Amino acid sequence: MDTGTKISAIAHVSLIGWALLGGTFRSEPLPMAVQDVSVISAEQFAAMTAQRDAPEVPEPTALQQPDQPNEVNAPDPEPDELPTPESVSVPEPEPEPLPETVELPPEPEVIEQPPTLDQPDTEVAALPVPPGPETAPRPADKIAPEPIAPPPPDAKPDDVETPPVSLDEGAETQQEQQDQTAPEEAAPEIVTEAEEVDDPAPKTSPRPQVRPNRPAPQPEPEVAEAPEPAPEEPSSNNEAAINDALAEALGNGSEPSGPPLTSGEKDAMRLAVSRCWNVGSLSTDALETVVVVGFSLSRDGKVVSGSLRMLDSSGGTAASAKQAYEAARRAVLRCGAKGYDLPADKYAQWQDIEITFNPERMRIK
Amino acid sequence: MMKLLTSLFVGLTLISAPVYAQDGPLRLEIDEGIIEPLPFAVPSFVPDNAAAGQYAQDISRVISSDLTGTGLFREISSDAFISRVSSFDAPVQFADWKAINAQALVTGAVNVSGNRLTVRFRVWDVFSGAELGNGLRFAGTTEGWRRMAHKVADQVYSRITGEGAYFDSRVAFVSESGPKDQRLKRLAIMDYDGANVQYLTDSAAIVLAPRFSPTGDRLLYTSYETGRPQIYVLDIARVRRQELKTQEGTMSFSPRFSPDGRSIVYSLSQGGNTDLWRMDLASGQSVRLTNTPAIETAPSYSPDGSRIVFESDRSGTPQLYIMPANGGEATRISFGQGRYGTPVWSPRGDLIAFTKQNKGRFHIGVMRVDGSEERLLTASFLDEGPTWSPNGRVIMFTRETQGASGRSTLYSVDISGRNLKPVRTPDGGSDPSWGPLQN
Repeated sequence: MDTGTKISAIAHVSLIGWALLGGTFRSEPLPMAVQDVSVISAEQFAAMTAQRDAPEVPEPTALQQPDQPNEVNAPDPEPDELPTPESVSVPEPEPEPLPETVELPPEPEVIEQPPTLDQPDTEVAALPVPPGPETAPRPADKIAPEPIAPPPPDAKPDDVETPPVSLDEGAETQQEQQDQTAPEEAAPEIVTEAEEVDDPAPKTSPRPQVRPNRPAPQPEPEVAEAPEPAPEEPSSNNEAAINDALAEALGNGSEPSGPPLTSGEKDAMRLAVSRCWNVGSLSTDALETVVVVGFSLSRDGKVVSGSLRMLDSSGGTAASAKQAYEAARRAVLRCGAKGYDLPADKYAQWQDIEITFNPERMRIK
Repeated sequence: MMKLLTSLFVGLTLISAPVYAQDGPLRLEIDEGIIEPLPFAVPSFVPDNAAAGQYAQDISRVISSDLTGTGLFREISSDAFISRVSSFDAPVQFADWKAINAQALVTGAVNVSGNRLTVRFRVWDVFSGAELGNGLRFAGTTEGWRRMAHKVADQVYSRITGEGAYFDSRVAFVSESGPKDQRLKRLAIMDYDGANVQYLTDSAAIVLAPRFSPTGDRLLYTSYETGRPQIYVLDIARVRRQELKTQEGTMSFSPRFSPDGRSIVYSLSQGGNTDLWRMDLASGQSVRLTNTPAIETAPSYSPDGSRIVFESDRSGTPQLYIMPANGGEATRISFGQGRYGTPVWSPRGDLIAFTKQNKGRFHIGVMRVDGSEERLLTASFLDEGPTWSPNGRVIMFTRETQGASGRSTLYSVDISGRNLKPVRTPDGGSDPSWGPLQN
């Protein structure tokens, strides 16, 4: 048999085999009702399971505080009575065999009609996070645009930041493996006691999001025009002409400034500074003040000493502008202590930087 | 072909060159930062002589605790320090402080001769290596060492945040002991942080609602010692009191000083109706400010003395109203759900703090003077009676727990709603009144 016949035979046998057995191994979705778990919170789940495990349902009155009937307008059970201090994150769900909690959670709103296109749901729909204590907004010492989960209990936030070091077999100098310093827990917004929610479950179930319009094809960024290194032509006739033209185009003696920074590179720089822009210790007046700060960077991305200055301020008094500037200065210097990571070939583009620090979104509201 | 390529390339270069040409510096806008306590270090102040040793340590500790207590700063433990400050005038090793991420540094020295205490200090921005403000020196007596520490901390706080100072201030309150049905109440005064508690009255009669005068030398309060509530004014330094006589057979309560300290505004209850009155302290003459069948109480002046915010149930439920200081038409400013009470005008004039009761919970909240931007800062079984820090940044109030064994405690909270914490007092405490910054 020649090779072609062998291949043909194997292929046929495989095809027949797949046709006979292929369906056997497929896992069909089970034809049972799927419950939307997002409406059951961890606490409610714990309460339900605790109820099942409990030998008997205790009398509701037995659990009331003995003095409670004396109160005319007895409010909800007082969370402050719990031994949990306010500043601590949401308490672990614990079984609460109170009859009230045994009741099924309120049914999610039933939507009679499919979601209309012009009414996308609120944040709840946008963030279909799994239920659990993590979903509750928690008060944290740090407020940052990107929430950071609390570090594991054995991790210790340290003042001296340690970068992660993993073992590299090929490295010339062996360095000991070390763990990165745990980032401090951060919440995305200030949560006052009045806003803390007792039930971390979302109040409504996630709605399907409206399909966004297909974005129009973006025009190619300007980088596309970046001059490719000219192919080295061995032609001596043209080499001189090219060099002359280059020198003329770029200005005599100056180096190429490179293409402008891409929006990604600008965003990275913006993010790098904003991570250190701490407005938490600013007065309410200073939080009304926009300052423009100018500085120069050296080639290694470090701030040139003495170049940092306030160029402009608006919206506040001279005194509040001073504090606002000092906070901006701390941000630029602290996050740039090891040098900003900017593309070296575009140095001329980022040698001088002006940053407007606008605290409008960070105000106490 | 080669020529074509060359000319194409050269042309391209020429055309695109202007695009790359730098048009000034790279301009960025940042509108999102972080909010976290600023890490600072206060190495123990340098004692100039042996007698100053303990004071130097204690003063550094109080400064740290003042700053940490604001919730805006975080102290870096001295265990982490790399360099020691052994001389006040030696140059600061900024690299050592950068390494432990200390962003602000306070250095100082303490000198004691006899009972005279002198504190010198400097505040540094570690990452820029710049001094914030100039070095300062405070002098006083050794007994007043805590006040000196508060004064230094006030300077550090103001220089970094831009807020006004408030650590060197006192709080008057009602000290409460005993079970709820037999509670003993005494008027007391303390430093803002709960230190140096001093009792001003005995517990023979029930006392309520002490209110500081604008200069901090006198207190208004309400006492039941005659069986019905009457207003008294107390000279704090001499602990001498005087009844402010109102009409016979009436009950007067809820007094508060005007910003100039010359008159008081109070509630007077007569024949089941309660209205607001103003009394000139020099002459003792009172004039009526409101005249409605509703209950008007809890008046508080605006800092410029031109308006009064108060609580009235003229609409059916207790709500907040503002009227001119001489009486006249009142404008309602609270419109949310629930009942509003005990409004207090911020010393800055921009906000009004209040107590709100809604759905069986009590809240301390703030709103703008026009009633907009209402924000609730707390929630509990019973929160009431807010009072402003002298700089209008912090609110202190009473929190009471439920039940017969319920206890009243003073709490404070930043106006952002963060840093909610109890204020340490020897017994229970209620009805705080935050006094002005001391001289």
